[in-house]
Amino acid sequence: MSTIQVEIVSAEEEIWSGEGTMVFAPGVAGELGIAPKHTPLITQLKPGDVRVSLENGEQQFFFISGGILEVQPHLVTVLSDTALRGDDLDEEAARQAMKQAEERLKDSSADDKDYADMKAELAAYAAQIRAIEKLKKLRN
Amino acid sequence: MAGAKEIRTQIRSIGNTRKITKAMEMVAASKMRRAQDRMNAARPYASRIRGVVAHLAHAHPEYRHPYTVERDEVKSVGYIVVSSDRGLCGGLNVNVFRKAIAAMAEWQESGTPVKVAVIGRKASAFFKRFSAEVVSETTDLGDTPELEELIGAVKVMMDGYLEGTIDRLYIVSNEFVNTMTQSPVTEQLIPVKPEQQEALTHHWDYLYEPDSKEVIDLLMDRYIESLVYQSVSENSACEQAARMVAMKSATDNAGKLIDDLKLAYNKARQAAITQELSEIVGGAAAV
Repeated sequence: MSTIQVEIVSAEEEIWSGEGTMVFAPGVAGELGIAPKHTPLITQLKPGDVRVSLENGEQQFFFISGGILEVQPHLVTVLSDTALRGDDLDEEAARQAMKQAEERLKDSSADDKDYADMKAELAAYAAQIRAIEKLKKLRN
Repeated sequence: MAGAKEIRTQIRSIGNTRKITKAMEMVAASKMRRAQDRMNAARPYASRIRGVVAHLAHAHPEYRHPYTVERDEVKSVGYIVVSSDRGLCGGLNVNVFRKAIAAMAEWQESGTPVKVAVIGRKASAFFKRFSAEVVSETTDLGDTPELEELIGAVKVMMDGYLEGTIDRLYIVSNEFVNTMTQSPVTEQLIPVKPEQQEALTHHWDYLYEPDSKEVIDLLMDRYIESLVYQSVSENSACEQAARMVAMKSATDNAGKLIDDLKLAYNKARQAAITQELSEIVGGAAAV
């Protein structure tokens, strides 16, 4: 039986690597089944299970929170995300950074220069969030 | 005996300090090994994604991602500066800041504004006092930096590039040469430098699902993020190595200091005894 090399990696570690006879992955456009000698393909994955059928009939399961799947005739690579990702991410990240700046502002209100710097920083983050919200409205 | 007593207190206090530096040295040594493992664990992802990006740079004609397009005019540049959260690690952070500032000063001299994203508490404190504009920051990554914590700070920079508020993005961080040596390096993140690739024997391209633009956009973001993550995890290994070396030399210096003080203490003690003896002898002679 022909096999295909499978590598599942995330930015932080190598998760699994080995030979399989078939790989199933949750593509954004639907579930994908990759057999050996598949034509080169690259697709986005959504959160779900990646299944690898092994030569001895067993199956390996991996939960991934999204990522990218790259297929070459003899090699399947799953570039898994380490965190749940989404379009709201920018907004969330900016909000968090703003919160951090806000907290620092409270801490050092005595120091005028720091205070001014912090205010500028805060304004920048606020502007960012406004921009993102505007973008979101445009998209919807 | 007053001099001797003071010296004894000093010896005790330095001895306590030495205990602390010794403990920190050992903690840093064990953390360094784990940090190095993490640094190596990130390599497969980076090399895989680099391979895909390199291939895309050659294969795909119909959509070119903005990150791969070099802009003729550089109006503003962005820097991501990676530092540690905690000090007591020798010149590690200072070396990075010095490198970053030298590069930024060059841009600013030619009238190009610089925007900075700081990673780590040390950089955050340092760049408050510098004339560059800090647009984003992330701190308190701890000993196990996670990609998740970096996304925000990096995204601000990537969005800046797409919106045209910056035209180049660099990252400054430490490179782990070996335990004794860490050297600050500057790397250009955006525009992505096309990798040298062996000549393609035949032309082929991927099937893209759902469509090429979406997948490539996603891929390029992940690519830049993984580069940043690698720099951060490498910097974390550097931090532990630098701390280990700094604490080792601090322990050695404390030892030397204690030896010197012990000598002084013994001399003082001896002098006091001699003096006492001669006083007794003198007193007896007088009687």
